[in-house]
Amino acid sequence: MIATIWAWLTDPANWSGAGSIPDQTLEHLRLSFIALVVAALIAIPIGLYVGHTGRGRVVLVNIVSAFRAIPSLGVLFIAALLLLPRLKGELAFELPSLIVLVLLGMPPILSGVYAGIQQVDPAARDAARGMGMTGQQRLWRVEVPCALPLIFSGLRSSMLQIIATATIAAVVGLGGLGRFLIDGQANRKYDEMAGGAILVAVLALLVDLVFAALQRFAVSPGLAPAARR
Amino acid sequence: MIRLEAVTKQYDEGTPAVDNLTLEAGTGEITVLVGPSGCGKTTSLRMINRMIEPTSGRILIDGQDTAQVPAARLRRDIGYVIQHAGLFPHRTVLHNVMTVPRLNGWGRARAETRAREVLELVGLPGDFARRYPGQLSGGQQQRVGVARALASDPSVMLMDEPFSAVDPIAREGLQDDLLRLQGELGTTIVLVTHDIDEAIKLGHRVAVLRQGGRLAQFSSPADLLAHPADDFVADFVGRDRGYRALSFQQHEVPVHPEEPVPLGQPLTRRGDEWLLAVDEESRPQGWVVPGEVGDAPVGREHLHRGGTVASVDGSLRALLDAALSSPSGRGVVVRDGVLAGTVRAEEVLAAIQAAPRPDGTSIQDERP
Repeated sequence: MIATIWAWLTDPANWSGAGSIPDQTLEHLRLSFIALVVAALIAIPIGLYVGHTGRGRVVLVNIVSAFRAIPSLGVLFIAALLLLPRLKGELAFELPSLIVLVLLGMPPILSGVYAGIQQVDPAARDAARGMGMTGQQRLWRVEVPCALPLIFSGLRSSMLQIIATATIAAVVGLGGLGRFLIDGQANRKYDEMAGGAILVAVLALLVDLVFAALQRFAVSPGLAPAARR
Repeated sequence: MIRLEAVTKQYDEGTPAVDNLTLEAGTGEITVLVGPSGCGKTTSLRMINRMIEPTSGRILIDGQDTAQVPAARLRRDIGYVIQHAGLFPHRTVLHNVMTVPRLNGWGRARAETRAREVLELVGLPGDFARRYPGQLSGGQQQRVGVARALASDPSVMLMDEPFSAVDPIAREGLQDDLLRLQGELGTTIVLVTHDIDEAIKLGHRVAVLRQGGRLAQFSSPADLLAHPADDFVADFVGRDRGYRALSFQQHEVPVHPEEPVPLGQPLTRRGDEWLLAVDEESRPQGWVVPGEVGDAPVGREHLHRGGTVASVDGSLRALLDAALSSPSGRGVVVRDGVLAGTVRAEEVLAAIQAAPRPDGTSIQDERP
């Protein structure tokens, strides 16, 4: 079994041309990044607002847990059924998947940003205000930099979720590594299915490593656990 | 000068947090607000830089009504130090201290020069600048907090329980340094504490507040100890106030010559009388008993360190304490750290009897 999976993974024929492993990996990444960027653009401002002002906390917590209960496949089918007749071309297929991925990607970012801002030392916030920083200055110069570790962990878990779930885009006919799973199952080629699954896992890990490197670069060393007593 | 005029802070319901408080904090002085929890001292302090807006009344700084100045602008001109320092963990010590100058639009180089200057001033030289707050002790963090408040050279500084969270030894050092700094810079300081000893040590003037933000007494520390206005103040000022009041009194006390023995050398004298050991620079190290030392050179293991040391020009309290705590009954007195001689408890007591009290009377006057 392992040998056949390995054979499939290393077969040169699977590494070139349309629908090859590199091809589907790029497609998978493209979908995932679009979804992450859109999710972040929506979730980060909301998280910042709620964290900074403390307004709408209860609503936010409820929304986050509600979102986590969303059945991805169900939403995908509903979105596809509703949108397919109304949109044309590639977008008609992509949009339903993107909606699912964005919905799924938002909760970790929301709670990461909100929790990050919330856990900023109250004394530091008080001092910032007492020194004459305006609300915007406090947010961008104190709260956000101090929240970065949790903001990053929100983004990373969102990214992992999105990459893992992007495989279901194949169900509605899109590309991505999900193709190997769906097509493999349809053709009873289990080596291809297992190979595809492994590729998704490896991709998720590699992207997470990239984010970890970014985090190291972006977060102040003063916030690293080693800098504390 | 900071002037609170009939300032009241009333939250939605219930009794006011601060009720009709009128108070003047003199320019170049340390004014301490002290009182039990719930007395509105922190609320009063935070109304000065408009962290809390008063419900009614006015607050003037050098004649300027603070309500007329935009809050952020006002706060940038007022130093602000809080209990847990509130340093920014993501910024180095240097960048923490540069904060207010940068907010005030100073260039990076000028702000950095100034930051290094004030760090030096609070006793954190050189490589502390590059560290992060998480790498400092509580006392060091609080020093950075003071440096950060001083960086823009404010004429007014507000301090909210600045040393309460620091261990007692570090606290004493911080208090001494604050007194020194304030003496050098002449900053007008309003400081909040719940610790009456700290209030008495630091304040030129002490305002005792009672529950509901009402002023119970506002006077000099010596006066507070000598003449508590009512039972509440007397109770709050606490025990030992007769003894503590000696901190503010000085009087000539005879200093007897003391023949010390050097550390590291064998004794040339015998007997069971206590002898004072000093180091090469004549600084007192502790007391020894010849019987315990024998023929060996006097070592640190022989020292009895029970006695406190008073300065020649110290308060009567310090002198009396030196005499009372000394195992030999001879209180060690130093001048600039170097042995000056010893004092006797009975002579300090005689001086106490003769010394003028802050209100001009002396104990002897009251004798029939």
